[in-house]
Order: sequence, then structure tokens, then C-alpha cells
Amino acid sequence: MPHYDLNPEQDMLRKTIRDFAEKEVKPIRQKLDEKEEFSYELVDKMGKLGLFGMTISEEYGGQGMDYLSYCIAVEELARVDGCQAATVAAENSLGIGPLYHYGNEEQKRKYLPDLCSGKKLWGFGLTEPEAGSDAGNSKTKAELKNGTWIINGSKIFITNAATKITAGITVQAITGVKDDKKEMSCIIVESNTKGFTARTMHNKMTWRSSNTAELYFDDVRVPEKNLLGARGTGFKQMLSTLDSGRLGIAAMGLGGAQGAFEAALSYAQERKVFGKPISSFQVNAFKLADCAMEIEAARGLLYKACWLKDEERPFGKEASMAKLYCSEVFHRVANHCVQLHGGYGLMEEYPAAKFYRDQKLLEIGEGTSEIQRLVISRYLGC
Amino acid sequence: MNIAVLIKQVPDTETKIKIKPDQSGIEEGDIKFIVNPYDEFAIEEAIKTKEKIPGATTFVVSIGPERAGEAIRTALAMGIDKGIHIVNNEPALDSYLTAKVLHGVLKERNISVIFSGKQAIDFDHGQLTQMLADMLDWPCVMITESFQLKEDKSGAKLVRRLGGGAKEIYEIAFPFLVGCEKGLNTPRYASLPGIMKAKTKPVEKLLVSNYLEGQSAFVSYKNYELPPERMAGKKLEGEPQIQAQSLVKLLREESKVI
Repeated sequence: MPHYDLNPEQDMLRKTIRDFAEKEVKPIRQKLDEKEEFSYELVDKMGKLGLFGMTISEEYGGQGMDYLSYCIAVEELARVDGCQAATVAAENSLGIGPLYHYGNEEQKRKYLPDLCSGKKLWGFGLTEPEAGSDAGNSKTKAELKNGTWIINGSKIFITNAATKITAGITVQAITGVKDDKKEMSCIIVESNTKGFTARTMHNKMTWRSSNTAELYFDDVRVPEKNLLGARGTGFKQMLSTLDSGRLGIAAMGLGGAQGAFEAALSYAQERKVFGKPISSFQVNAFKLADCAMEIEAARGLLYKACWLKDEERPFGKEASMAKLYCSEVFHRVANHCVQLHGGYGLMEEYPAAKFYRDQKLLEIGEGTSEIQRLVISRYLGC
Repeated sequence: MNIAVLIKQVPDTETKIKIKPDQSGIEEGDIKFIVNPYDEFAIEEAIKTKEKIPGATTFVVSIGPERAGEAIRTALAMGIDKGIHIVNNEPALDSYLTAKVLHGVLKERNISVIFSGKQAIDFDHGQLTQMLADMLDWPCVMITESFQLKEDKSGAKLVRRLGGGAKEIYEIAFPFLVGCEKGLNTPRYASLPGIMKAKTKPVEKLLVSNYLEGQSAFVSYKNYELPPERMAGKKLEGEPQIQAQSLVKLLREESKVI
């Protein structure tokens, strides 16, 4: 029989992160968003809590927790602020994940402890200006000459890659061509490497206090041993990283939807028109009922996907479904939230507007909703 | 050196309290329980004190039903070393019996200092720590907003807040009790490694009934009811003089306080 109780550690984790998000993040989320400011102070605090390297084993400085715990933590951060949730989710799944899963002992010992403590951050360079959903079309190249990789190309929309504490990035590059097929590999590039530039991207509509970077590689030279995992396994590494990453994105959708729903409900219960709270009118009450129902369904789907992953069973299809569903539920809930707020929903003084803006990323990042449908339909044999 | 912390699990401050239909207590079904906020200051101060005294051990004590185990685990996750859960599945004890049970459990444990919150936010009695102090025949400082360990670690200097901004300063040698007030420190969050470690920390389980020694409660609860809803306020208008006149009139004729 299935059961739906979280274990005591997961319960306590949720309480702790909720408390942290309410007390430390909520008071400054609006200001950081308005100024498009990345908060080093919050990264430091989140590092001390143990939010980086959550699923990494303790010997490398991680917490050795399961994926469900990780998703609960991301969910609780996103309930208050999608930007901090983004920093944590991207770092865990894209920054730390590949180094942990594909790095050799030396690489893991060198990088993971500082990343797991939150002293340093790490980016994962995959998307290119002309290669998003079509990742196979990427152009960044790495050539091996006399024991040195020479990397040329550029990447875009890379989270956590241009902060003052970014220690480096993992870049996916073409390392050769075999039978007309590109050979893709992942290579480690430290931030201070000559020819490598990481530039923060500004004027974002969404995730404004998360760090997003453009990366430029101009004859960047790194030693051959900076190869991450075996040569030619870059594409496989990416697919597997994105599978797990989708759980994190889904958790952001779920948490955001929960936050927007709570904001909508409390406003609807307080705001009066014609002498009655607007929540007492069925046209509004039914919207709130729909939101509550969809959030409940989204949580069930995501937690099941996490459970499959934690049980080491195939979880790719469910991860894709959870990512797609949770982001679309957040879309609908954020939309209702703004609508219920009326004119105030358009003002940044209320949290509705920020939920509405932050929501949109989730239908695009780490595989668009269209790509998720493609992934799911292929699992179905279409 | 042994450092003890008394904690209580209480309903979350944001909980909407509902009374049982027979008025015998409150409905617990929908309630989220938390560690009494003042007790969090006590936990933090105990951990800070332990960090300054090599070899010191901290333990947390709570009386309550099974669910009170969650509060103990939270304290362990914050960094307390051990737990004592005195299980009570009957209705809550009154302050005297609570003190009596705690006295029975703690008197033989070679404790140097006991930290507690200055009061629990559920019943707000604010008298347990003093009663326990009396039974132990130890000094006790309530509403403590500063705690400084003496250099030779034989005791501490404490500041107690009084009304009107006045303060009392105490220097006391161990053993003694401290009732902790907001502002004493900033309680740490249970870190994720702390939460994982808490699983393996020992929690001793005792039964309340073994410590009552035939005593029964002095206080019994007849029934519970919610406070009456607050009436809407009155806004006085007009020039200050007119407002003052109408205020005096209302105080005299309506509320009859002057």
C-alpha cells in the first residue's frame, strides 16, 4: 500500500526551510528583485544551512539526503522567492551534479567541498545563442593539442556562472566528429582561465535576483585532465543531468504555485466588494478551489517522480511530466492570483506580480513545455 | 558539565484555535505544533554555552504526548546532544505537577545550569521555572536578556529586564536556572546536516506516572471558551478640543472608567 507521510527528517526539513525563507528571504525578496541584485549574503546563509550539495555524499561535504528532501527544500524556497530557489536548484543539479556524478576522485576532492558549503558556485554551460532545444546544433568546440584543450565558442543563459564566487563552469563542447556525428564532451573551465569571460545578463523579466550569464571562450586553454567523465559522453551526461534537473524545476513550479495560491487566498478573504469578501463569490471561490486541487495533484506527481528516483527506478518520464505539469499549474495559479488582486495585482508592492513574472521561466528553462511533451510522447511510443 | 534545557511543544502562533464541542479542550487535528518560541532562545543559549566549555553535554527535556518527540528532535537538529522525553498521554499537567515531575527527573543528574523559556505561549503561566527552582532550592533569574559565562566558568553574569527600561544585573555561581527572554540571542536554524545527525542522537523515554508520587493537580480545567470577539472601535472626529470632550464623555458614560 502506498503511504503519503513524509519521514520525520523531511517534515523537519520543510519546517526549517519554510522558517528560513519567511524570516530571511521574504523581507528582502522585493528589494533584490527590483535592483536585480544577487545576494551573496543569502548564498552564505543557505550554504550554512546545507542547501548546496543536498544529495551529495558526506565525504565530499554534501548532506547525503534523498531527492524528495531536495525537492521539498526547493519547493519551500520557491514558495517565497523563485530567485533563491533558482540559485539553489541550478547549483545542486547543474553545478554540483555533473561534477559529482562524472568527476574523477581528484576533481571531486578539488571542487566539491567548497561548492557544497556554498563558499563557491559553479555553472553548467549547455545552451548557446543558436542552440537551445536543439542542443545538438551547438557550435562551441574544444580541440586537444599536446595535452591541452583549446576551447572556442559561447554559451548563454547560464545560471550562477558570473558571480564573484563562481569557481568555474562545466562546458559542453564538440571534441570531434565521427561518421558525421558530433562527438560531445564536458570540460571543466575555472573562472580565472585566460580567454574565458562570464558576463552577467541584465534586464530580465524573470528571476531578477538570480545570476544568469553569457560565456565567451576565446582560445581558452585548459589541461587535458579537465575532461569531465569519458570523452564523447557529453550528450549522455547532459541528458541524465537534465532528467534530475527537471525534478528541481518542477519543485520550483510547485512551490511558486503554493506561494501564489496562499497570497491569492489571503487577499481574497480580506478584500471586500459590495460588503463581502471577494472569496465568498463563487466566481472567485471556484478559481481558488481549482488552484488548490491542481497544486495537490502537482505535488502528488512530483513526489512520485522523486520516489522513483530515490528507489533507483526509471523516472525520466515522470520527471518530465512533473516539470511540465508543475510549471503549467504555477502558470494558471499565478494568473488567477493576479486576477484576484485586480489592479493591485499589477503593482510590485504585492507579491502577485513577481510570482506572475517568475513563473514564465519554468515553461522555458531546462527543456521548454513543448520539449517536455516531446519527451513524454516518445516514452509513449509516438 | 551538564546543561539542561526545558522545552514545550505548543500550537503555532498562526494557528486558529478551535474549541472541542464539549469544551473539554482544543481541537488538535489541524494544529501545527512548534517549539515554544521562548524555548528556542533557551536552546540557543545552551548550545552557545556548551561551545565555550570543553566536554560539556547538553540535553533537552520535554513533557508531552508522542508528538512532543518532534520538538525534541528539532532541538537535537539545532545541536543539543541528547533528549529526555517524559511521555504524558493524559491531559496537560498543571504547573506544579510539571515542576514536580521535572524535579524528579532532573535532581540526580548533576546539572550545572537549566535554561528554559520565560513562559510557554500556549497557557502563558510563566511560573514553571520558578517552581522548579524552589524544589531544587537553586537560584533562578527570569526574563533574562543577556547571559555571559564567567571566565573561570564557575557561573555567569546575567541581565534581567525590568519594566520602564530598568535592568538588574546578577552574578551567580552554578547551579541555577535561567528563564530566557527575546533578545537574548538569535536562535540558529536546524541545519540539514543537523537534521540528519539528530536521527542518531539518543532520546531517553520516561513515563510521567512514575514521577507523580501520588500528588494530584492543584488546578483543573472546567471548560474552554474563545475570548469574545472584539467590538469595532470608535473614531472621534472634529477639532482636538471637541475630540477630547467626546472622549471624556465616552469614558465617563459608556465605559465608566472615570
